[in-house]
Formats: sequence, structure tokens, C-alpha cells
Amino acid sequence: MTEREIMEYDVIIVGAGPAGLSCAIRLKQQKPDLMVAVIEKSSEIGAHILSGAVIEPEPLDELLPGWRDDPPPVCIPVEKDEIWLLSQKGRTRLPTPPQQKNHGNFIVSLGAMCAWMATRAEALEVDIFPGYAASEIRFTDDGAVGGVIIGDMGVDKDGKPKDSYMQGIEIHAPITILSEGVRGHLSKQLIKNFELDKDSDPQTYGIGMKELWRVQPGKSQPGLVQHTAGWPLDSHTYGGSFIYHLDKDRIAIGFVCGLDYQDPEFMPFEAFQQMKNHPMVHAMLEGGEILSSGARAIVEGGYQSLPRTEMPGALIIGDSAGTLNIPKIKGTHQAMRCGMLAAEHIAATSTAVGFDTKLRESEVVRELYKVRNIRPAFYKGFWRGFIRAAIETITFGKLPMTLSIHADDSALKKLDGYTPPDRKWGECDLPPRDRLASVYFAATDHEEDQPVHLQILEPDICTSRCVEEYDNPCTRFCPAQVYEMVEEGAAKQLQINSANCVHCKTCDIKDPYQIINWVTPEGGSGPNYQNM
Amino acid sequence: MKILVGIKRVVDYNVRVRVLPDGSGVDTDGVKMSVNPFDEIALEEALRIREAGNAEEVIVVSVGGDECQQQLRTGLAMGADRAIQIQTSESLQPLSLARAFLKVIEREQPGLVILGKQAIDDDNSQTAQMLAALWDRPQATFASKLVLNGDSAAVTREIDAGMETIEIDLPAVISVDLRLNEPRFVKLPDIMKAKRKPLDVISLDDLGVTVEGNVSVGHHAPPPQREKGIMVDDTAQLVQELKNRGLI
Repeated sequence: MTEREIMEYDVIIVGAGPAGLSCAIRLKQQKPDLMVAVIEKSSEIGAHILSGAVIEPEPLDELLPGWRDDPPPVCIPVEKDEIWLLSQKGRTRLPTPPQQKNHGNFIVSLGAMCAWMATRAEALEVDIFPGYAASEIRFTDDGAVGGVIIGDMGVDKDGKPKDSYMQGIEIHAPITILSEGVRGHLSKQLIKNFELDKDSDPQTYGIGMKELWRVQPGKSQPGLVQHTAGWPLDSHTYGGSFIYHLDKDRIAIGFVCGLDYQDPEFMPFEAFQQMKNHPMVHAMLEGGEILSSGARAIVEGGYQSLPRTEMPGALIIGDSAGTLNIPKIKGTHQAMRCGMLAAEHIAATSTAVGFDTKLRESEVVRELYKVRNIRPAFYKGFWRGFIRAAIETITFGKLPMTLSIHADDSALKKLDGYTPPDRKWGECDLPPRDRLASVYFAATDHEEDQPVHLQILEPDICTSRCVEEYDNPCTRFCPAQVYEMVEEGAAKQLQINSANCVHCKTCDIKDPYQIINWVTPEGGSGPNYQNM
Repeated sequence: MKILVGIKRVVDYNVRVRVLPDGSGVDTDGVKMSVNPFDEIALEEALRIREAGNAEEVIVVSVGGDECQQQLRTGLAMGADRAIQIQTSESLQPLSLARAFLKVIEREQPGLVILGKQAIDDDNSQTAQMLAALWDRPQATFASKLVLNGDSAAVTREIDAGMETIEIDLPAVISVDLRLNEPRFVKLPDIMKAKRKPLDVISLDDLGVTVEGNVSVGHHAPPPQREKGIMVDDTAQLVQELKNRGLI
């Protein structure tokens, strides 16, 4: 093994999402001489971004004044909001809570918007490197974060170099910014190493699945934003759907459910397909064509779960930290603000020290504080949550109490003595036919001959305890059918189809034994989302 | 010796190509674009020849709008020495493309021109052959092995019956097949170096090439969708269903 090649920057940003790119742009606006690089594991910018997305435009106004004259490729002003409570066949219109009023907001493809932001960043001479995965943290001799190490490429499944082997380089920088998105694998390590979460509640997540459809002409009403709650979820599972009507006869449809669900037999992907089968949705999509699909975890813990966001030499921002506003179901504006704040802090002080205090005094955390009790209120079921949410909203979160957040991995009930609810799910006739067909629309691609990037720390548990206690829930919660239990003689073996992975991180979060460790595969691997 | 390599910007091989609803073409909105994979193999071979000391310079050439500079930069990051963009807003058919390449050959006087055997978007597989004819030099197509011997080259070709090895005099045009080599990964510092390498832009008009359309495209249509199947309980039902459909 030879010495790794080294590149030096003033700031290295991991992840080219809205947080990382906002940070890069703001840094160069304030200090044009700073050397700033952004590393991104997807093959091109935006290819791993999956979001609804309805965004609040204020941070864009602040970051890129005049952007409205040259907007991102998909950008439709919201015209109308609707919220529906679904039963299996029926629906009831609910009043739109104030957080979900979207007047003045825009429906975008966040992937396309990130690609658009990346060109703005490059114009300011930010070096952006898509197709390279930051696989490890580089620590300095005094234990601070001092940059990242790019993963080696051309390594076979046994870890041996192939003919195409290329050693990853080290990127050294006095400040590293982690903006990897939800459950970033480096952020996860750093939170543990520096005990950044010791004073906060556990983090809680959701899984979001999304499809982009081209529907029959006239069925899409550009600017219409619809949300649903209820069917096909029981009242103890937090979640719902979004249906955003775009231009060019396109509809973005998605389904989100809290990963604190309790039923070990629950299948999020299939729940999404059931929702599409509801008469209201089915009529919209029937005769249309699915263009793209994918999944991504969502960070839902908010104020109580926010870890400390600074450590020696590094900051954690955006969804990696957990700044999403769950009642608004929006994270982009928060991530962007967080990125800008980090940039302004670094431009002013040239250090990570003091960022966490600044963040907590900022609009980002003030916004999270106001809505802190809404997500945990739903632990007691939909209706109690709904009422509590209304109270919290009317009082602007000023009631002097804070509900705690519980962890997702311990939420599953054991099979023993648990009867799953009768879900009355029916046949679905809209594509995709199943999870594998769905993965096809994510255009996910991994070189097959590389080390498996889903590390099972204690494989024995999968074939013993987990079979009995939970019936291997990984085979159900993974939306890409990465995990399969295959018969091998009398015994069952876990088979990991890692090439299917869409990098949603659900397994890393929901596994009840916390023995699945998601690490970055070879750079450039993973989904190739278009306009997601 | 100089080596000229053609680079085409195409829809990435991972993308599920979709026909536009009006049949006017394929949807490239928000679609990932890449270097044509066969062209990457062509460039890899050129770089290996240079690294073995048998060439001094590798030049990548692309014909298209400014967006193809992105693919030329990828070529420079892989290791090409300089790049030429032949600028045009039109989509060229193989004959016009070969004429444009010929003009570059006249300027650069390369000892070898290496092209991909075809582009994965239109699958024409014509440019290399036409270029050799216009240039009046030998051609070796679908190369899976290439050995240079001074003024000639032994090229193993993939043909229907197996492999065929031919000897050709240089300068020549070679089109490459999939098994010739495995293109390298681009090193991160080389992306930075590529930004400083020369990229010349010449307009198609300045080269004196007039664009001809020998083929006009009428309509694009996706393949018909497969009908949904049914599950049968036994062979009797299977036979009955086949009979009902008039298949047996």
C-alpha cells in the first residue's frame, strides 16, 4: 500500500445537497479566496436527492437574489392546498393546518434544483466532485477531524485490488462540513465518537418513497398540492402521502411513514402501493406512465433530537444533524439556512468552535422549538396527535413542556404475543408490480464485484434470534428488496442483494438489533434519479 | 505520433430511455449524460499506447454544442493531452460527422484515429468506416486487441465467426469493441488538472463542412407493452386458455 495522495482545501464539504451547496456558495460569496471543495457519492449532482418537494423560497432569495429570473428546471408556484383523510374507499377533506399552507411556496424537483445550485457554486469556483465517496474521516494527531479519505475504487468483493484499482486520496482541510443528508454514515460515526448526542433524545426517522408519473393529459393540475392521512395506515402508524401536481402532465406522488412503527410484519413499500390504489389516487394515475421512483429516510426528531452540531474541526448540518420541520414536512429551507449559517460562522471565525450556540440561537432552531411537541404527540395515535398538534400550533409551542422522542429501532413488537392488525389490503394493478420493478425505475447501479456495502456485524442473529423474534423485518422494511432469506437445506440464510440498494438508510435505522451498518459503496454507485 | 479519439455525449447507459409523448424524439430532460462507453474504451487504448511510449499526444474530439465540453473534460481528466470541440447546434449524421473529423485529421495529421464502434444512442456504427473511406486509409473495426508494430498494427476483430486478426498500415482508423480494455477511474487531482488543459473550440462552419441530412426520422415509438399475464391452476386450464386465444 503506497502513501495516499493528498489534496488540501480550506473547507471540505461532504454531500452536495441543499445544505452543503448553500454552505459552499455562501462561503465563496463571503470569502472568495477560500478553497472550497464538495464531495458527492452520486454519479452526478442530484442523482441521490429524493424529496417531495415543496420548498419555502426565502433562503433562496437570501442566497441567490434574482434566482426567480433564472429558476431551477422544475419550479411551479403552489396554487392550492388540499388535505384529505382517507378511508379504504372514501375521503374527507380536513382543514389545512397553518404549517401546511403553501401560498408563496414552490413545487420543485430537489434533485434538479441541486444540479442547478451546483452550477451556481461552480461559477464561484467551488470544486465539486460527483462520483467520489468520502468513506472515512481523517483525524489529525490531536484527535480533531482533519478532512476525509476518499474510498478506493476497483476493489473486488473480497477486498482485493482489481486491474482497475485506484487508491482513494486524502483530502485535508482545517474544517470539514458533514452535509450527507439523513443518517450520514460519517456523521453517524462522529456523533458516536464525540458523544454529540449525549444531551439529546434519540433521533427518530421516517421512510419516504416517491414516484414521478406522467399522467394522461388534463389529470395534472399544475400547482395543486395534496396531502393525505389515514388509509392504508392504522392510527398507530404515523404517516401519509403527498401528491404534487407538476407541469408537463407530471405528478410527483409519495408516501411517508414513521420508522417507529410497531408491527413487525408491516411493509412500507406495499403500504405506498395500497395508497395508490385508493379511488382518488388511482383515477389520477390510471393510464399514465411511471418515470422514476426511489426512497429515502427522513429525519423527524427535530428539536429534542438535535445533537451537538460541532466538534473539533467539523460541523454537522442539515438533515445529517436533523433540522427538518416535520409538521411543515419541509427540510430544504432549514437545511439551506443551516448551510448558510455554517458558512457565515466559518467566514467570520475560521473555526468550528461556537457554531452550535449560533445555530441554537438562530431561526433554524427557533422554528424547530415551536413545533417540538407535534411529532411525539402522535405516539398515542392519530386523533390524539391531531388534537395535540392543533393545541401546540395555536399556542406557538409556548406550553412549558417538552415531550420526549423515542428511538425507532426499539419500537418493533416481538412476534410472540403480537397479532398484526387486519389491514384489508387489496390487489394493486398500477405499476410497479413489486419492489424489484420499482428499483428498475430508480436506475440504481452498483458494480457487482465490490465489497458488500451493507455490513452485518453479527450475521448469526439474522438466522437465529431474528427469525423467531421478528421474522426478519429487513425483508419487509427495505423498499429495494436488498434483503432476502433464502432456504438453504433446512436452514435459512440471509442473502444481501446490495446492488439493488437505493441508499435510503432505512435498514441502518430500523434494524432492531442495530447490526446493519451502511457504508458507502464505490463512488458513483447507487440510484440515478431523474427529476426526483 | 498523435492519436485522435472521438468522444460523443450520449444518454447514460443506466438511464431508462423514454420516448416523448408526441413521438418527436427521446426525453433528455433532467437525464444523465455521459461519454459513450465505447469511446471511453477508445480513449483508454490511446492512453495505454501513449504510456507505452508509442505515441506523444492524445487528442479528444467531440462534435456538438457547448454541453459536450463536459465530456471532453472527462476525457482530459482520464489523461488526454488536449481537446477539440467542433461546435454546432445541429445533430449530425455519420457522413457529416466523418467529414468534420476528416478536417481535423487534415489539421492534426494523426498517426492513428480511434473511435468507438458505435454510439449507444443511435447505434449507427458508420462513422469510423466512412471516415476511413473519405481519408483513403485502412480501417480495422470492432477491435478487441491492438498491437502496434512500427508503421503497422495487428488488430484482432470480433466477427460473427469468432476472432479475426488483420494487419493494417498506419495511419488508419480503428473502431473498438467492448472487450478491448477496461477504462480507468479518474483520479480526483486529475479533474483539477483537466480544467487547465487546452480545449479548442472550432465552429463547424469554419471547418468548411456543410451539414447534410441523408436520412430523415419520421417517428419515434416505444416497443409495445407486454400484456399482463394470468395464473392458471393446471395444464388443462392452460391448454384451454391457449385455445381460447387461438394459439393452439
